[in-house]
Amino acid sequence: MTPRTLFEKIWDTHVVHAEAGQPTLLYIDRHLVHEVTSPQAFDGLRLARRPVRRPELTFATMDHNVPTTDRSRPIDDPISAQQMKVLADNCREFGVTLFDLTSPDQGIVHVIGPELGITLPGQTIVCGDSHTSTHGAFGALAFGIGTSEVEHVLATQCLLQDRPKTFFIEVNGKRPFGVEAKDIILSIIGRIGTSGGTGMVIEYGGDTIRSLTMEERMTVCNMSIEAGARAGLIAPDDTTFAYLKGRRYAPKEFDKAVARWKQLPTDSGARFDRALKIEAATLSPQVTWGTNPGQVVPVEGHVPDPAEFHDADARKSAERALDYMGLRARTPITEIAIDRVFIGSCTNSRIEDLRRVAGFVKGKKVNKSVYAMIVPGSQPVKHQAEEEGLHRIFTEAGFDWRESGCSMCLGMNPDTLKPGERCASTSNRNFEGRQGKGGRTHLVSPLMAAAAAVEGHFVDVRQYDVKKKR
Amino acid sequence: MEPFKTHTGLVTLLDLPNVDTDQIIPKQFLKRIERTGFGQYLFYDWRFLDGGKPNPEFEPNQPRYKGASILVTRTNFGCGSSREHAPWALLDYGIRCLIAPSFADIFFNNCFKNGMLPIRLPEPQVEELFQRVRRTPGYQLTVDLDRKKITSTDGLDWPFEVDEFRRHCLLNGLDIWWPGDKLIEQACPF
Repeated sequence: MTPRTLFEKIWDTHVVHAEAGQPTLLYIDRHLVHEVTSPQAFDGLRLARRPVRRPELTFATMDHNVPTTDRSRPIDDPISAQQMKVLADNCREFGVTLFDLTSPDQGIVHVIGPELGITLPGQTIVCGDSHTSTHGAFGALAFGIGTSEVEHVLATQCLLQDRPKTFFIEVNGKRPFGVEAKDIILSIIGRIGTSGGTGMVIEYGGDTIRSLTMEERMTVCNMSIEAGARAGLIAPDDTTFAYLKGRRYAPKEFDKAVARWKQLPTDSGARFDRALKIEAATLSPQVTWGTNPGQVVPVEGHVPDPAEFHDADARKSAERALDYMGLRARTPITEIAIDRVFIGSCTNSRIEDLRRVAGFVKGKKVNKSVYAMIVPGSQPVKHQAEEEGLHRIFTEAGFDWRESGCSMCLGMNPDTLKPGERCASTSNRNFEGRQGKGGRTHLVSPLMAAAAAVEGHFVDVRQYDVKKKR
Repeated sequence: MEPFKTHTGLVTLLDLPNVDTDQIIPKQFLKRIERTGFGQYLFYDWRFLDGGKPNPEFEPNQPRYKGASILVTRTNFGCGSSREHAPWALLDYGIRCLIAPSFADIFFNNCFKNGMLPIRLPEPQVEELFQRVRRTPGYQLTVDLDRKKITSTDGLDWPFEVDEFRRHCLLNGLDIWWPGDKLIEQACPF
């Protein structure tokens, strides 16, 4: 048999109908739903008098709009409250399981899917949210869709898709201290650009990737969309199986499922449309300086001079970005002072992220010029952190410890930057106004964000390498 | 859905690469639960100054572009969030056709679901369009999807590529249900 990639194996087993010259009709195993991109889709169903075809495969939560302050108080923004109420009504009417604001499982859709074992290897998973690529960390083909497509999947459990091309990115070698999963993916985006993966599914492999925990793999796959890719994939292995075992929605006959999942990894000799190799030893902690995630440099670098760019579009982008970001060309990254720190988002809000931050800030204080907040990805993450006493470390250091949600990643709720405020953020997008109109976002790893919170400006976290000092 | 066959309209310009969907429709306007009414918020943070006055430095705000239905822009248009509110806002503003060297995947797909035609043209041709439009106030294009041609009264006559399936759907105003529930019921063994 022709050797196949992980992507091809998943794709092939989900084809419902294929005809030359037309997109393929794919079966969808799991549909995740949130309050912002679903109301118009449910409306469409009502208009056409259609039911949700497989409500038991559809899971909803509230995350984008939710306040991260005291949950016992009513929601201040009546339009946000209305959008959440509409989701609750829709889920009740159509029989969809909802993890609402009062649920102990509420959280960011891409945090709770894996947490509950809804996300499984070999599946097709969609959600009206571009960061659905996160679930690719489990070896599931997972991608974001528009609201029209949400309606299509609700009605049919199927989706028309063009077959994407494949891109293999191999990362090998030992990661230096201070280089986190976030730095791996940011440096990949810096290298291939924000449209480098357009029309493609990226599979990440190599021994560095295999050595990552599930949460780190999610961070990598999460930002595949920032490279323009449809989805990111990492082959399932013992790390994956160990993570999933015992989760609420994981298969009851777990060993049988594992035997099936073991067939999924890319066969040797399988071909990709494009390939790239990266040596982990060459990577540094990354900091974005501009207004798209591809505008990124190593922390020891400086803000680039737009004149350095030969491509006219890149030069124009850089000029505009520096103007928006209020930065001067050639400023060393470590001289950039910050006002705010946001630790959270579907990229970096899981328990391991919080443990790393706590490990760093324990006994230290948030710089007096900085307001820093930590927003756990889900209620289970929050409770786990509190059980481990992390919240005390955070609050003693001067961090604001919040309830779970998307929060200041996109600032749909009251958590926003003020015009001109500069933020070290563990989120995924540094677009103009993303975290608040006029706000200036620098994307970094949780460890880099923690260090910036303490020092009041970016610092190279590698200087804290205890082993090296000895 | 309204079919897209031949469309003639005024061309407007957005001279920026990597325009993300957060710019096309900022998040504070995503709380509406309808598909309509987003046009007034299109490019909100660029289009309006603080206080809500139109920003004269935002090129599409120039009076000569009022009523435009074709947007010519730069590479990777529509990147970022999957929000279909982005094409909804463009459509509600009056845009039926977009021309750029490249588009982000999810945005590109979302356009077709709303009867809009995104056309990819090579960069030199897009640059040429920018120049022609800037030289000639009131510059119009005719986009003929049936013949796969873009023409203008100044003699411009360019072919363009479009996926045959998507062309078929747009020409016939077919909505997202293709290939229909029947086929799905028959073919879907799950």
